[in-house]
Amino acid sequence: MPDRIRVLVAKPGLDGHDRGAKIIARAFRDAGFEVIYTGLRQTPEQVVTAALQEDVDVIGLSVLSGAHMTLCPRIMELMKKEKLDDVLVLIGGIIPDQDIPKLKQLGVSEVFQPGVSTEDIIDYVRRNVGKR
Amino acid sequence: MSRDVRERIFTTISGVPVDEVYTVNSVTDLDPSRDLSEPGKPPYTRGIHETMYRGRLWTMRQFSGFGTAEETNKRYRYLLEQGQTGLSVAFHLPTLMGYDSDHPMSAGEVGKCGVAIDSLADMEVLFDGIPLDKISTSMTTNAPATVLWSMYLVVAEKQGVPWERLRGTIQNDILKEYIAEKTYIFPPRPSMKLVVDTLEFGSQHVPQWNPISVSGYHIREAGSTALQELAFTLYDGIEYVEWARRAGLDVDTFAPRLSFFFNAHNDFFEEIAKYRAARNVWYKVMTQRFNCRNPRSAILRFHTQTAGCSLTAQQPYNNVVRVAIQALAAVLGGTQSLHTNALDESLALPTEHAARLALRTQQIIAHETGIANTSDPLGGSYFLERLTLDMERGCWEYFDRLDAMGGMVAAIEEGFPQREIQDAAYTYQKAVERHEKIIVGVNEFVSDEPPLEILQIDESVAERQVARTRKIRQERDDQQCRSALDGLKGAAIAGNVNLMPFVLNCVRAYATLGEICDTLRAVYGTYEEPVF
Repeated sequence: MPDRIRVLVAKPGLDGHDRGAKIIARAFRDAGFEVIYTGLRQTPEQVVTAALQEDVDVIGLSVLSGAHMTLCPRIMELMKKEKLDDVLVLIGGIIPDQDIPKLKQLGVSEVFQPGVSTEDIIDYVRRNVGKR
Repeated sequence: MSRDVRERIFTTISGVPVDEVYTVNSVTDLDPSRDLSEPGKPPYTRGIHETMYRGRLWTMRQFSGFGTAEETNKRYRYLLEQGQTGLSVAFHLPTLMGYDSDHPMSAGEVGKCGVAIDSLADMEVLFDGIPLDKISTSMTTNAPATVLWSMYLVVAEKQGVPWERLRGTIQNDILKEYIAEKTYIFPPRPSMKLVVDTLEFGSQHVPQWNPISVSGYHIREAGSTALQELAFTLYDGIEYVEWARRAGLDVDTFAPRLSFFFNAHNDFFEEIAKYRAARNVWYKVMTQRFNCRNPRSAILRFHTQTAGCSLTAQQPYNNVVRVAIQALAAVLGGTQSLHTNALDESLALPTEHAARLALRTQQIIAHETGIANTSDPLGGSYFLERLTLDMERGCWEYFDRLDAMGGMVAAIEEGFPQREIQDAAYTYQKAVERHEKIIVGVNEFVSDEPPLEILQIDESVAERQVARTRKIRQERDDQQCRSALDGLKGAAIAGNVNLMPFVLNCVRAYATLGEICDTLRAVYGTYEEPVF
């Protein structure tokens, strides 16, 4: 496990509902992680560039608009291209059950649906970071 | 003798402590003739009409939109057949952000969170067969509100309906976008100019229209307390009145058409207190701060939507119960119109079945419970009156702080309301995780349930929509379109003319929403939120 876990919290797509992204960013900070929040409406290219530049261990994506099956595959493709295979990718938001296997197949580590506690997400990161 | 109580401290969902019992001694500062009066009389705490729902029930207005204009038009006709009494348009995210469906930023978003509207051609389809002189329509649009309102006005023209007869609302509340919902395009100051233009244009040409719906709904959804929702929303209202006055508008020409929009969350009495305090505080603001002369300028009318953020993905049928209780609070608080959420809205846009059940919930409250028979039936409850007085006092305290910052635009630029809401959202989340606040089916009483059938929007929607918009661009008179857009640009640069007539010209020439917004972006620039 890295000394200090670095996390990029990003909101791709047009949706501006950032309550979840801001809460998880703050919870990560309270847990001692280094957090970089991208702000709203990031393209997949911007998200992956930020992950590269900031040399993060984890990317947390928040998507509530239903655009995840367009945005997330593109992000995963760009990450492969940049050889960011060791970065843990988490998705939170309104993600229907049937999309989860497809996202995991693309290399997404875990999907967190509504109602999950920040403690559970933090635990997951601690247990899985740096293992890939 | 010690007594068993379940918790050490009892609080509302907003974290406000609640006493064990309220008595006449809890409300010694209540002056019934001053603070309550009677329904239909100042300060309107007890409701804006003497007869309240005996005269007319609230408008049952379900927010709806998905896919293309054809699909949504079909849903509207269905809802009207089922007894819905007003329309409420949900636009997809590209429309809300001023992008056409074929813009790269629209990828994956077309038709997902609402209906795709790129040009007048889409709006014509959306209201096909729906007589605009017979129905009132609410449109949830903010940054590009001038454009979508113009499209509606031109559809009315084409139906032969004079603008004087149109009834409806555009949300057009840009301040709460910076505060909470974040669907802004331009920076705050030019955005406020666009709002003032709509207030002026509406008062002159569309007199029965509400050119703004000052909204607390999204502030609450972002995680605010009930008091923050109320105080920030009413202060947004103050800010619009200030800006319009500064632009030379007489308060009484537009203030009677200002409308409001609140959330209905789970904490029953706190919510009812919020609506009652809203009317009282707004009456005082308009009469004392703005010295309005028209009594209607001081009457707060509002729409309510049940709290989307209170719905759970787990055990979704529980949401039906939550929505019914929230809707009851809205009606007991004297709402003028109501949207009840569907049980599946924490997962997707509602299916037809779920949308119907949500509407039926309102119809049951209206016709079976008896609560619509009398005005403000909870008035005089020691508990409710205490909460209402405290809610009012809390508003004045926030108003003082916001005044000291130089108003809401200045406060937004400093990140004040944003931080207040983020702190409240985080505090609540932590309380849920510590089990101090229980959410049934989420952190207690957990059980597995089979998944629901949900509405899916497939990518063929985007293909059809993009094809239509490209066809419109090819078939329209390019010369006319170009010169309309140039006219708009010139007017925006000039800065001292009302832009509505220029936007209307662009719309008539079938300029797309994206082209019109790009024209304004070129003049006004765009807004990026600093990270607070």
